[in-house]
Amino acid sequence: MNKVESYEEMFKRVQKKNEGAFVPFVVAGDPDFGTSLQIVQTLVNSGADALEIGFAFSDPIADGPTVQDADVRALDEGMTTDRGFEFIRRIREFTSIPIGLLVYYNLIYKRGVDRFYQEAHENGINAILSADLPPEEAEDAVKAAKKYGVDQIFLAAQTTTNQRLKKISEFSSGFTYLVSVMGVTGARKEVKTSTVDLIKRIREHNELPIMVGFGISQPEHVQEVILAGAEGAIVGSAIIDLIAENLQDKEKMMVEISKNAQKLKEATKM
Amino acid sequence: MIMDGKFGKYGGIFVPELLIPALEELESAFLKYKDHKKFNADLDFYLSEFAGRPTGMYYAKNLSEKLGCKIYLKREDMLHTGAHKINNTLGQGLLAQYMGKERLIAETGAGQHGIATAAVGAMLEMPVDVYMGSEDVERQKLNVFRMEVSGAQVIPVESGSRTLKDAINQAMRDWITNVDNTHYLIGSTMGPHPYPAMVKHFQTVIGKEARQQIMEKEGSLPDAVIACVGGGSNSIGIFSEFLDDKEVELIGAEGGGHGIESGNHGATLCAGTEGVLHGSLSYVLQDNDGQITEAHSVSAGLDYPGVGPEHSYLKTIGRARYEAITDDEALRAFQLLSKYEGIMPALESAHAIACMEKYAKQPENKGKTILVNLSGRGDKDMFLAAKLLGVEV
Repeated sequence: MNKVESYEEMFKRVQKKNEGAFVPFVVAGDPDFGTSLQIVQTLVNSGADALEIGFAFSDPIADGPTVQDADVRALDEGMTTDRGFEFIRRIREFTSIPIGLLVYYNLIYKRGVDRFYQEAHENGINAILSADLPPEEAEDAVKAAKKYGVDQIFLAAQTTTNQRLKKISEFSSGFTYLVSVMGVTGARKEVKTSTVDLIKRIREHNELPIMVGFGISQPEHVQEVILAGAEGAIVGSAIIDLIAENLQDKEKMMVEISKNAQKLKEATKM
Repeated sequence: MIMDGKFGKYGGIFVPELLIPALEELESAFLKYKDHKKFNADLDFYLSEFAGRPTGMYYAKNLSEKLGCKIYLKREDMLHTGAHKINNTLGQGLLAQYMGKERLIAETGAGQHGIATAAVGAMLEMPVDVYMGSEDVERQKLNVFRMEVSGAQVIPVESGSRTLKDAINQAMRDWITNVDNTHYLIGSTMGPHPYPAMVKHFQTVIGKEARQQIMEKEGSLPDAVIACVGGGSNSIGIFSEFLDDKEVELIGAEGGGHGIESGNHGATLCAGTEGVLHGSLSYVLQDNDGQITEAHSVSAGLDYPGVGPEHSYLKTIGRARYEAITDDEALRAFQLLSKYEGIMPALESAHAIACMEKYAKQPENKGKTILVNLSGRGDKDMFLAAKLLGVEV
């Protein structure tokens, strides 16, 4: 495994080219281990600057139907936490770009917080975000993250007060994950204008780069959030939809994913 | 948040960031109104005139004679909509109205909490959406109709195992999306803070009445208080007023399904492990990775792979103990209470009756005074009971 690129290095790399970061999200093992790996390879070849990888969970309360279905497909194909880490190791055979893990807290808690972060680090994960872990409950996670040099990521939303933004900035490293819409994950038609205001507000409390996710599905959305001042855009459901639509034809699936990913990456260029 | 919502280490607020402001708003309203004179006057009015409080405490003389103990039943089964659920739905419904919320959402398994919420929504003139697993919608058509007659919209949930836990997931997603105008009316002492504390608060009326009633009738505290535990609200409600009386045994009856060794059960405290589900740290049914597994119980109200965090705490400190009652034992208790006392318990409450019978049969418990929370009535379970007993209705 080559040296893993840090988020800091990655943001510098794209900024040098006057671009924003394009970060696709997929669930490890969706629709099966091998195809999922091929999808990640396709995304990397199509210009992904970093990756967000999800470990499937039985009860994903922050996710809309697209990601829920992806979780079910992955779990049905026998994904476990062990296989999830194996998946990351296999990704590390072909890329050194940053990998952020999205994982519901119970999977971390059950394995033991310290052990989970240690294994995450050893297998080449840069950052961990638990959708159901606000700073109030994150003491153990933050401690383990520091111990193993993993970035701890938190969500910030329109409804997050300035006081909380401050608290979040104290606890996080790597980047801040800005939730652009009120709601769960899923492709949407437009990005809210208030996102621009929120980016400004976060800047006042936090020096970390900002990546915008939840509801980013079109190249125009990507362009919009990058123009609004975010360092990157995270696109999940729009890519996972392409997986779901092409389950019977893997070749077409890869072609579609590649085509869309390139368009999304293109939209980050200013 | 003003409080951390912890019972020992259990509880907390394990929710997406988008829900934090809603929980803060709810906590602040709860703390403001729980001792508010007008709010409590309004709530007392509805509890009495709408729901039918206070409920009686019945000395079950025939069973007492048969079992050689003094058995008292707290008659929550006499309440409007058929169970203790209405205590909490009235409290939260009224709180939502005081908060200026325009819409109520709720989850339901078999439909009891959905029916109570639909009734309160109709009475308070608030629209109600009830999330219900599509499996449950199919199994409980009559209850779906009851909710719809009261004007509620029942939304079938097709994700996951299509049962209660998935209905909760979907209700949380709705709340995340519509947090401005919507109150999520959780039906048990589970979920993120402030729900466990708030639902407990609205259910302590059971314990307050029961304590006074047993003192009037017996002149002393009971030796044991027994209640069934699904999410844990009727049990916390009655336990709450006896927590400081260390001489009173507190026993919770969980849904043992086909038996713990079968793997098909809802006995979260007896056979589960610590985990984070639906916003709080508590005991859950899960596999080695932390994936939540499915629960089973003949009683839909006990068919849940989690449990309220305060019960995990009471178990850990040894203040309460929990027993798994199998489907068969509950069904026998359903018949026992019907035959001896002319009272048909809900299958949930039948678990408490079975647990009481086991307790009473221990030689060392002879002559003891036992208080059982009869949390709901059996009307809703008659078709199922008939089917299980091989009777064609």
